[in-house]
Amino acid sequence: MSTGCLYQYLNCSILRAGQLQREDLWVRNGKIMNPEVLFFVEKVTADVKIDCKGLIISPGFIDVQINGGFGCDFSTDSDPEKALETVAKGLLSQGVTSFCPTVITCPSEYYHKVLPLIKKRDGSKKGAGILGIHVEGPFISKEKKGAHPEQLIKDFDGGFKDVLETYGDLSNVSLVTLAPEKSNAKEVIEEFCKRGIVVSVGHSMANLAQGEAAVTSGARFITHLFNAMLPFHHRDPHLVGLLTSEKLPHNRKVYYGMIADGIHTHPAALRIAHRVNPSGIVLVTDAIRAMGFPPGEYPFGEITIEIKGNQSLLKGSNTLAGSIATMDFCVRHFAKETSCGSVLALEAATLHPAQMLGIEDRKGTLDFGADADFIMLDDELNVQATYIAGECVYTKPPQSLSEQLMT
Amino acid sequence: MRLVINDTYDEVSVWAAKYVRRKIIEFHPGPGKLFTLGLPTGSTPLGMYRKLIEFYKAGKLSFKYVKTFNMDEYVELARDHPESYHSFMWDNFFKHIDIEPSNAHILDGNAADLEKECDNYEKMIKEAGGIRLFIGGIGPDGHIAFNEPGSSLVSRTRVKTLAQETIQANARFFGNDLSKVPTQALTVGVGTVMDADEVMILITGAHKAFALHKAIEEGVNHMWTVSAFQQHPRTIFLCDEDATMELRVRTVKYFKGLMQLHNKLVEEPAE
Repeated sequence: MSTGCLYQYLNCSILRAGQLQREDLWVRNGKIMNPEVLFFVEKVTADVKIDCKGLIISPGFIDVQINGGFGCDFSTDSDPEKALETVAKGLLSQGVTSFCPTVITCPSEYYHKVLPLIKKRDGSKKGAGILGIHVEGPFISKEKKGAHPEQLIKDFDGGFKDVLETYGDLSNVSLVTLAPEKSNAKEVIEEFCKRGIVVSVGHSMANLAQGEAAVTSGARFITHLFNAMLPFHHRDPHLVGLLTSEKLPHNRKVYYGMIADGIHTHPAALRIAHRVNPSGIVLVTDAIRAMGFPPGEYPFGEITIEIKGNQSLLKGSNTLAGSIATMDFCVRHFAKETSCGSVLALEAATLHPAQMLGIEDRKGTLDFGADADFIMLDDELNVQATYIAGECVYTKPPQSLSEQLMT
Repeated sequence: MRLVINDTYDEVSVWAAKYVRRKIIEFHPGPGKLFTLGLPTGSTPLGMYRKLIEFYKAGKLSFKYVKTFNMDEYVELARDHPESYHSFMWDNFFKHIDIEPSNAHILDGNAADLEKECDNYEKMIKEAGGIRLFIGGIGPDGHIAFNEPGSSLVSRTRVKTLAQETIQANARFFGNDLSKVPTQALTVGVGTVMDADEVMILITGAHKAFALHKAIEEGVNHMWTVSAFQQHPRTIFLCDEDATMELRVRTVKYFKGLMQLHNKLVEEPAE
């Protein structure tokens, strides 16, 4: 993409204003342009016209919870820069144009060393953009630790001072998962919000009242709904109840993450969440280092992960080792299992995460003035090409003859 | 004056589009030789625009060397307001075809000096060599462009205050809030349209029947401004059956008898 050049993507359906519209997409200098202004005010026509052959154009996917992939892990690797590079690059073929590298519960020294290194950055041919770190833990519940190391889980009895001591530099953090039942949660949540960091509740034993209090204090996300929290109960629906709570501050929207990999959330549970709160769903992969690898056995340090179909297991057991889903798979799976239609399925991976992070003025939409981060998909929502800031960063390789014959 | 009567609105649309296409192609436009076209907005010409877009998409017509002048635009309505005529032209025509943005002219109702804007518009039309074909529609009260009843029949492009009837009829486009409806418009004058080489006026639907009667069966009258075109040497009134309701049987019969001849006007143009 060259500076000042005006691109017109023709013959496509673009996702805008909650609809797939038969419109052209206009891009210049990495931004989505308003063609009406170009025509009547600037009086210019496109320098380059691209025939999209009827494909869907959606904003690029945003993954706000991803632990690693392609053999790398953001929470344990000795070279986090290399892990970022590898994952950011690998995500392009999955339609992800920006993400929040997720660091799970770690020793304080690791945060002090690594958080300053994971800087927010724009995407490019080299990889998807980084929207800021998602720190998941260590201020979570020991009872709902999931895969987090129990001995490193902490409280913030000393208030936000403890938070700062643990993490050190917060300037690269944009999302934090914590358990809201801890004492001082109100103060801590409010301070995070004041610093522009989105608070998510999760890995938690909280009841609904505690969840509502957290939202009132400013929390606006639920980390992987249903996973690592108390289950829905009709006399206390716990955090799941936030989806239908009527005790939230007026105009306060709660978003919830959903691992729609077909394994971590039962399709029926996915449908329940989608039907009661379709506009809050945010698809996340929660992918681990084995994501991106074909079936087989992979030794990672002391453990060996076995990939069978779309599951990853600890070798020789039936224990799930974490998600290896890709975002494009999650979108297709979500669309299929809920019959929600392409628009909502795409918005759950684009608009909703952007709204949750408060960046929908530039990400997650194809509105005029937004960043030209977009993907082309076929009608089955398979990614055909990925663009970041108007630059093509991935195109699906043409099928080999044998593949064509097989399909 | 010709009166072309088609059975339905759709046939009127196709007839109009074919006529425009033939006129453009026969003109052999090219660099430095642009075909100038006057254009209306409103629901009547929508079908014609759709058909013209179809021609363009099928490779049967290009607007590369066509220069357009729209009839009118509201005053002080944002250019990108969905009810502005800029928006109408963009959504329904310009964005679909290959016209050069610099060749598409619409009056600017937000210009600092409206009078100057109007004078300049007249000047641009003159500099373009005048308008080859001006297409118009009419209101139920027989107005053409925003030349409301009582307008001078020799008027030029100017600021015009809308009739109360027009404002009330428009309220439905502005959330039924009369205070939001523009009360003024810039419009080409009757005289401006009269200067065109040819004029084609589309009239469809029973609600326009009385206006058509007033336009062609009675005298020239500034209370029915479209009647002025009785005195234009090359004007086509193009209507559907419904719009002929108020005409005399003999008028309809006479012009229907001429349809074979009229249909030659829209035959495939000789390349």
